[in-house]
Formats: sequence, C-alpha cells, structure tokens
Amino acid sequence: MADEQKPEGSAAPPPSGGEAGSPTEKPAAPAAKPAAPKPAAAAHAAPPKPPAVMVTAPWESDITQLLKERFGADITEFSTYLGQNFLVAKPDAAIAILEALKLELDFDYLVDITAVDYPKRPERFDLVYIIYSFARNERMRVKTMIADGYRPATAVTVHLAANWLEREVFDMFGIEFEGHPDMRRILLPEEWVGYPLRKEVSILQQDDSWVKENLGIESGQ
Amino acid sequence: MPDATFLDATELVINMGPQHPSTHGVLRVILKLDGEKVMGTECVIGYLHRGVEKIGENRTYQQFAPYVDRMDYVAAVSNGLGYCLAVEKLLNIEAPPRAQAVRVVLTELNRIASHLLWLGTHALDIGAITPVFYCLREREEVLKIFENYCGARLTTHAFRIGGLQYETYDGFEEEVKKFCDWFIPKVDEYERLLTNNRIWVGRLKGVGVLSADECKEYGVTGPVLRAAGVKWDLRKAQPYSGYEQYEFEIPTAENGDTYDRYTVRMEEMRQATRIIRQAVDRIPSGPIMGKVPKVVKPPVGEVYVAIEAPKGELGYFIVSDNSTQPYRLRVRPPSFVNLQALDRMVRGGLVADVVAIIGTLDIVLGEVDR
Repeated sequence: MADEQKPEGSAAPPPSGGEAGSPTEKPAAPAAKPAAPKPAAAAHAAPPKPPAVMVTAPWESDITQLLKERFGADITEFSTYLGQNFLVAKPDAAIAILEALKLELDFDYLVDITAVDYPKRPERFDLVYIIYSFARNERMRVKTMIADGYRPATAVTVHLAANWLEREVFDMFGIEFEGHPDMRRILLPEEWVGYPLRKEVSILQQDDSWVKENLGIESGQ
Repeated sequence: MPDATFLDATELVINMGPQHPSTHGVLRVILKLDGEKVMGTECVIGYLHRGVEKIGENRTYQQFAPYVDRMDYVAAVSNGLGYCLAVEKLLNIEAPPRAQAVRVVLTELNRIASHLLWLGTHALDIGAITPVFYCLREREEVLKIFENYCGARLTTHAFRIGGLQYETYDGFEEEVKKFCDWFIPKVDEYERLLTNNRIWVGRLKGVGVLSADECKEYGVTGPVLRAAGVKWDLRKAQPYSGYEQYEFEIPTAENGDTYDRYTVRMEEMRQATRIIRQAVDRIPSGPIMGKVPKVVKPPVGEVYVAIEAPKGELGYFIVSDNSTQPYRLRVRPPSFVNLQALDRMVRGGLVADVVAIIGTLDIVLGEVDR
C-alpha cells in the first residue's frame, strides 16, 4: 500500500474524503481531550459549550431500593442517562452485585462486558457490565472504576458468557481477571505485545517484531 | 501428547480450519476426538481482526458508518441500522417516519438475504447441493433492490445518521411488493426440498441441543434462543425504528436442536416478508433526513443501543466526550457471543455434527473477529 512509505498526509486510504493526515494526528487527540469526568474549560475555549460531564438524572426503583439495602456504600451512584439506567459500584463488590441482580432480580442475561480507558484518571478504566432481564424486559449497566494493574474478579462464576468477553477485555486493555479459567488473548496472537485499545496506542501502532517474525514483512501498514 | 481416555484409546487432536469450507470463513476449531466422538473443542479466532473498535475511535461519527458494514458483511444493512440508531440516541434525535419505514423495508430484506445465505450454505454442509443455487437465485433479487437503491450490493452503507441519504427510486414499492409475492412460494419450495427429507431430518434432529437456560447462561440470542422456546425478539421486546406498528409473530420451537433452528429461520423469512409488505404499503411521505448538524458532536454521555440483527442481538456501546469522534465505541456482536456456546453444543456428539452445528449457529467471521 501507498502509505507504507508515507504515513502522513494523502497516503492513507481515503475512507470518505476529508480529514487528510488524520492517521498521524490522531494519537495526540485523546490526550488533548481528557476523560469525561472533569475536562474543564482548559482544553477547549469555545463559547457556550454543553456541559462537560454526563448530565444524568437519579434513578430510583425497586431495584435501587433492594440494592441500597443490600450493598449500602458499595454502590456509589444510581443514575439514568437518556432513559438508560446504570449504577457505579466499588470494584470489589461488582460480582456480588451481579449475582444478586441475577438471583433476586432476574437479570439473567449478561449482554456484554467492556472497558473504557481514561488514562488521566487515577482509576484508569471503566469496567462496564451490561445486563438484561427477560422477565422485566429491562436493561441496565453496572460500572466500576479500576486502576491499572488491579485484578477484578471474574464474572464467569455468575454468567458463563463472561468467559470470552473477559478474554477480549484482557486482550484489548490488559485487564486481567482474577479466577478466570482461561485468561489468554482471544483475537490477537498470543505473543502479541501491547494492548491496542488503550489510549496511548495509536491506530498505526503495532507489534512490529511480531509482524516481522511471523509475517515476514517490515510492517503491516 | 495424546492423553488416555476412559475407552483406553488415545485422544486424537484435529485441527478443523482455518481453511475449511464448512467453517464459513477463517474459524479454527481444535477438536479433541475419541474415535468419532468429540470430547472437547477450542475455538481459535481473530484471523479477520481488523480493530474495528480502534478505527471507530479514530474516525468521525459519519466516517465510521461504512466500516460497520464490514463486520457482518452478509447483513450490512442491519449493522448500519444499529449504528445509526445508537448515534441518533446519543444525539437524542429520531429519524423521520419516512426514513424509518424505508429502513424497516431494507433491513427486513437484508434479514431474508442473510437467512437465504445461511440456508444455502448450511444445506451444502449437510450434503444437499441443490438448495444453495435456489437460495442464491432469490438472494440475488434482494441484492438487486439494494443495488438499485444505493448502488452497492453487499456493503451498502444504506443509512445515514439521522435518516437516509437517498430517496427511494421510482418503482421501489412495486419492485419490493413483487419480490414479496414471488418469494413466499420459494420458501415453500425450500421446505418441500428439506423439511421432511429423511436425510435432512436424520442429520439435524436432536443434534446440537442448547436449552433455553443454557442459551441465557451463554448470552446466546437470535434464532438459536428462539429455537429453544424463548419467545424473545428485540423488535417486539424493545421496538425501534417503528417496529411496533407492524404485525408479525415471533416464531419459536421447543427442542433447541439444529432442526428447530432451521424451522425457526424458515418462518422468520415469512414473517420478514409480512413486515415488508406492511411497511412498504404505508411508507409515509415527508423528509428522509432529520435535523442533524453537519458536524456530529454528541454531548458527553454513553449509550447502549441494540437491535435484532439476523444473527441475534447486535449492540453498540458508544461513549462520547463531546468531540467529533467517539471516545469509545464497542460493538456487541451476536456471532462472537453465540460462537462461545459451540463447545457446549458439540461435546459428546459426533465429528460430522460439528459441521452441522457450526452451520446452524450462523456465524460470520467478519463479525466474530471485527
């Protein structure tokens, strides 16, 4: 491909016209726009800006009541955004909460586990569990904030579906789950170095030595 | 080294794939066999990994839309619908009614196309050569409609954030209606070929059973879940894009075996035709594009929006930091999650059934690997 020699500027395969040179600019971008919680006005000085934090409303229902009684201070927030409910819990309590939700409130379908990287925050990752209840026809999210290197407990003990989903989170973010039966990479090759969905990894970055050794080429780009 | 098993035989480890015609792409399954019996499997995936989620973080909201078509490339329209709905939710807008109706028509046509490809290749895997020709012939008519509508046949990029880019072409309604009338007898024809066919029934009945509880435990959705008897379809449970206006049934079955998944999908094609007929009859007039700013910059927030794709629940979890690009874009692919149940389904079965079970899961590796 053309961009082998010249990653900046016109070389990128134009996905939809505009924004030339985006591949090289992008790596810097995440740093310029800080994590959601407190980006403040320092980053952008545009005139009337929408609020820099998620405008949530408090969430109250029988679920929140029961969880409040059971877990008290372990759950720090019950909120709803655009009609979607979520709670923020302390990392140690997440699995117990998922279990209570499954056994007592019928949230028996683990839809997804994923993470979001906020490199500037002390608790670097948001770990997000999306769960659904067939009986209630209701969806909610359980979020925890964890620091880099923290090993959250696996959810496989509660939902078998967590197995591959947690492996993918490990593969992409390097979050290792404690007690997972098979904590290996799933999409990338096992010997790959680096976690691509972390913000410091640019879109063009790859494990060059792996590519050289296994594909016999200088670069995959 | 092979381990001794209870039969005092040795365990044989065999690689199925990644280059194997019936794995429907580059799926590698490591089979542990005791004679013809499958003792366990391990899936090796990722051969088609392109880092779609990373690309999403590095493209603007509009720029990323064509990429989603390349995940489940046999149901590109569904992927696009899910993505557009998710960004629209983030912007807190809705597509105008006309756009919604056209979206439903195209998405259901795509469901038919996807199920047809599944039926053809699944039958081919089992050993029936004829259906694949019939299925591709009918699928071709769907693809022609797509081509007439937006110029592309597979990776259509048919929808835009906020509505549609193109008005329907002259004669769109008639052509779709004509297709529906012509298609239903074809489904009957497939059923005549297969439903009571002794070989077909013998190969599929009781094979790869996945019960309703197991489906929920593994997060399996779509026709696989419905074949286990759970009457659950996101189009009914949490309607989007105006699905609540249309009358249709959710086909279910009882046993959760490969044969039931076949009957469920056949009926789904009929129901999809029913939805298309209703939708195309009442496409309202009006604009096709909602009020979307030229530069899409959703307020800070996060949403998870899911739709009923042909393969199951397809969800998008998008985190916005009020810039032109998603801060995080997660795709919840139905194929990836459903494939996880493969091990449970084939364990204890015969090696020939592995082929039938991979076929009936209806996975697309582009979506598994992203």
